[in-house]
Amino acid sequence: MGNVVFAIIFYALVVMVLVSAVAAAFLRNIVMAAFALFFTLLGMAGFYVLLGADFLAITQVVVYVGGILILLLFGVLLTHRSIETLELETRGTYVLGIFGGLLVYGVLHYFLFSVSWPTPLMKPLEPTTAAIGQLLLSKYLLPFEVSSVTLLIALIGAAYLVRRRDT
Amino acid sequence: MQSYIDALIQNIGILQQVPPLIIYTAAILLGCAVVFGYISVVAMIMIYAERKVAGHMQSRYGPMRVGPHGILQSVADSIKLLLKEDTVPDKAHRFLFKLAPLLVFAGAFVPFAVLPFSEHLVISRMNIGIFYILSLAAIEVIGVIMAGWASGSKWSLYGGMRLAAQMVSYEIPMALAVLTVVAFSGHLGLHEITHAQGKWPWEWFASPLKSPFTAVGFVVFYIAGLASTKRLPFDLPEAESELVAGFHTEYSGMRFAYFFIGEYTAMYVVCAATAVLFLGGWNGPFPGVVNMLGKTFFLLFVMIWLRWTLPRLRIDQVIFVCLKVLLPISLICVIGAALQAVLF
Repeated sequence: MGNVVFAIIFYALVVMVLVSAVAAAFLRNIVMAAFALFFTLLGMAGFYVLLGADFLAITQVVVYVGGILILLLFGVLLTHRSIETLELETRGTYVLGIFGGLLVYGVLHYFLFSVSWPTPLMKPLEPTTAAIGQLLLSKYLLPFEVSSVTLLIALIGAAYLVRRRDT
Repeated sequence: MQSYIDALIQNIGILQQVPPLIIYTAAILLGCAVVFGYISVVAMIMIYAERKVAGHMQSRYGPMRVGPHGILQSVADSIKLLLKEDTVPDKAHRFLFKLAPLLVFAGAFVPFAVLPFSEHLVISRMNIGIFYILSLAAIEVIGVIMAGWASGSKWSLYGGMRLAAQMVSYEIPMALAVLTVVAFSGHLGLHEITHAQGKWPWEWFASPLKSPFTAVGFVVFYIAGLASTKRLPFDLPEAESELVAGFHTEYSGMRFAYFFIGEYTAMYVVCAATAVLFLGGWNGPFPGVVNMLGKTFFLLFVMIWLRWTLPRLRIDQVIFVCLKVLLPISLICVIGAALQAVLF
């Protein structure tokens, strides 16, 4: 019974993620592409839930949907008219696109086949939050702090860029 | 929830011959129907209460014609909304225009999966309950931006943009205010947070006797909640006097009703979350459900009260309140709460 439900949910998510990701990549309208990305990101959160990573799933929604996607939409809507009238596709962008795509694929390919992927199918959900917190403050303290300082620098930089220039 | 269904299956003979998959699906659908019915009724009561409170606060009666003291006004309105023509503007993007109300409604609907009505009356005891509720606000924002853009109208687009700016800002003090509570309860689950509080008001996190930092966090969370549910004084996304009706200008009939119910449901969720986090949830002198609903509806009444008392802010004032007032206060509260939780 459990496996049937798992399979149904898994393949529904696969369809949702793939269709919306293809839409995001190929839609001409950049706002539509951003909305398609919403379903891709939500579907990825669904995969995390299926793998028993509850905290990671919610973080995915908070960071990618709640933060990055909304900022993306904000930027796109603010610059909407100017982008729509621009001719976006030139030969240069095609070459760059193919090159960049192959580069990303290469990196993903390397990690896909160099790491062994455990598949905890239908393992009862265990709380992962406390363990993540302890690892972040012990084993991974340095990367954690470095990333937080990087974000702080970005914040200060943003505040500096938009400061009032009346002096 | 699953344990209840399993107990049902074991005790009722006929259910054992039905495949469990069908029973679980039926139970899930039934649960959704119950929650949907509940929030529809709550939204109707809230809309009636809003108009009555507004009337009395302005020295008039409010609705009086339909039923005694206008008590059937919301029923009449619902029938009107159901029967209204469903229009889609020519310049609208049809698919997204129709999808947006559903997203907004879904974002307001799903938090009920973790909201406890009493110790046992809860759908899922998710161990990251409050984090889950905070994250779902994002889906609603996307829905509103989608509605604003897909309507093909300037008023709608302005409304959607304002909401995006507002929500992205107010999420931060809101999450920090939650952290003050989490510092004491040591847990993100709504059950554990409720258990960390006692029966009487001075044992709740909203009380300065328990911790001054969570008491301030309570105020911050409630104000940020007002902003995230687009209530006055933060209702810039729909500001009638400037933007006609903001992001839902072009919607009519049932699609408008989805936004309307979604808004009142989001208010209910914020008030229920405040009650659980800061006012002791189902703890109190009465049976659990009565305590929980009493606190929630009191907070809802305060929301209506504020709406008919305060004037609307300007968008720059909204952002100023968030980034230069609430954010520093909530940061101090988080540090203070963490120190108090560790040292005392």
